[in-house]
Amino acid sequence: MAVVKIQRPKLGFGEKIYFAALIKGFILTMTHAVKSLLGKSMGAKSLESSGLGVTMQFPEQRWDAQMPDYYRGAPALVTDEQGRERCVSCQLCEFICPPKAIKIVPGEIPSDDPWAKVEKRPKEFDIDMIRCIYCGMCEEVCPEQAIFLRKDYLITGLKRADMVHDKKKLYEIGGVRTGLVNKWNELK
Amino acid sequence: MPDLLLQLAIILFKIVTLTFIVVLPLVPISVYFERRFSAIIQDRVGPNRVGIPLSLLGFKKDFHFFGLIQPMADGIKLFLKEDFTPQYVRKAFYWLAPALTVVPALITVCVVPFGSPITIFGHTEKLVIADIDVGPLFVFAIASLSVYGITLAGWSSNSKFPFIGGVRSTAQMISYEICLGLSIIPVLLYFGELNLGKIVEHQAQHGWLLLPLWQNGQIGLPDMQTALFWIPAVIAFLIFTISIFAETNRMPFDLPECETELVGGYHTEYSSMKFALFFMGEYAAMVIGSAMVVTLFLGGWSAGFGLDPLIAKLGIGGFQIGGLIHLGIFLTKLVGFILFFILVRWTVPRFRYDQLMKLGWVIFFEAALINVFLAALILAAPDLTAVILGTGAVLLIAVTAAVIWVAKTSEAPVKPLRA
Ligand code: SF4
Ligand code: SF4
Repeated sequence: MAVVKIQRPKLGFGEKIYFAALIKGFILTMTHAVKSLLGKSMGAKSLESSGLGVTMQFPEQRWDAQMPDYYRGAPALVTDEQGRERCVSCQLCEFICPPKAIKIVPGEIPSDDPWAKVEKRPKEFDIDMIRCIYCGMCEEVCPEQAIFLRKDYLITGLKRADMVHDKKKLYEIGGVRTGLVNKWNELK
Repeated sequence: MPDLLLQLAIILFKIVTLTFIVVLPLVPISVYFERRFSAIIQDRVGPNRVGIPLSLLGFKKDFHFFGLIQPMADGIKLFLKEDFTPQYVRKAFYWLAPALTVVPALITVCVVPFGSPITIFGHTEKLVIADIDVGPLFVFAIASLSVYGITLAGWSSNSKFPFIGGVRSTAQMISYEICLGLSIIPVLLYFGELNLGKIVEHQAQHGWLLLPLWQNGQIGLPDMQTALFWIPAVIAFLIFTISIFAETNRMPFDLPECETELVGGYHTEYSSMKFALFFMGEYAAMVIGSAMVVTLFLGGWSAGFGLDPLIAKLGIGGFQIGGLIHLGIFLTKLVGFILFFILVRWTVPRFRYDQLMKLGWVIFFEAALINVFLAALILAAPDLTAVILGTGAVLLIAVTAAVIWVAKTSEAPVKPLRA
């Protein structure tokens, strides 16, 4: 490899004395200050700023409208159009989940049930939101498209127990999703 | 005897009010300004929430106060934190160090004149705790003690980074203390006075050092000598201000605690209230530094433009409260200068260590020295004959040229013997 010798730039007297640069710096920072006080900072419009700088002030103002479709919020279970659950308790998501946030207790569907062909449904389905890293692996791996990452991001609780989403809560967040249903489809 | 008691009571009252009610609250206020102002410069919002949570008591809205309570919340937080002492520190010095940084800064408050004298019940009282005739010297002597706190903290922590921070702080103090002292000699020559109170009174009558635009209550251009003295005054102001920055360990000279190199600098091993004391000491030093600059160069408590005698006369009945208005003016100037400190911090990048040393020893030291002679020449001019004056001027120019030449050659890079 060739050795490249880099010459330090020769500074003129004006640059060495540093003063002009200081003044320029002051002008720059003060322009920013004045602009941010007037709510005219660069990008304040597109970022929906609160009028001070470019910052949106959270609890009052929210990003919800700007959230992109691919946003990965809390994972949740979904039901299909007819209110049936989709999960077949295959536990693939439980195994793939990197931080082991998901805990499933599978339950067998008795043979006299009209949905006996589905074989299994989750008896319990807990996602520990303290552990979840919102990676989206569960959504990717699920063969039944039963688990999705929704746009909910305000997951808070006062106790550890509050942060574990059980099956009921997961269905509440997830809501209904139309589209492909495999095992829970009576035609298949 | 009752007279003595009264005197003591007045002194105690002044200490308590001026130190703990006027100056100490300036510390959290400057912290607040630091955070808000830097936020605004960087297009952010800054702390604007902490207030009185009225909604907890069932009211509709919280009372935010623009987040002014934030420093208090920070203080409470620091009080409640675990005070962790690492195992292998030198305990006595480790405990002493934080106090040694705060106390000097607060002691120097006592010579700062806060306002013109106030008269209550025919009793005139000066708004300064100790009206001594060696004001600036006292400030320098005491303020430079705070470097012991930093050095001791660095050494006693028994850890590499704080140690480097402490050593740097010492070196920095030695190089900038000299410029600091030399730079105000022209100012003291001009006033012929070391009493800060009298210096401010002089400025109130004859115009501020940097704004000599009035004489005895009349606005007008200054005479020749004062106008000429403006040049050394500005040089002194620049050197003094910059040295104060170095002295208070503020950006661009905050090498003892530069986070990018030294983790936290000298206070890396400190936690809880001990850390808070360092923090407070730094900001108290900044307040005192600003107070010194305002007092010496920007007219202290005087409103300027010949308004001061009018303000001093204001009063309700027997109370002459002009002094309190002057106090307000002084605090306004002080806060203005603190804002300037903050602006500098968020504008100027940090100097490299060798650049800092070079700036102190090669540029400011010489500049301050030459400035002393320049000021002396200007002040002595009316009493000198033209010949002596001319000789003096030539000599000064020769010395300046020589100093610049020496500084230049000493800085020239060493040529390698063989390329
Ligand atoms: S998003 Fe990732 S971490 Fe969270 S439950 Fe799904 S697989 Fe686990
Ligand atoms: S959510 Fe999907 S992957 Fe997880 S157990 Fe249910 S069907 Fe299987």
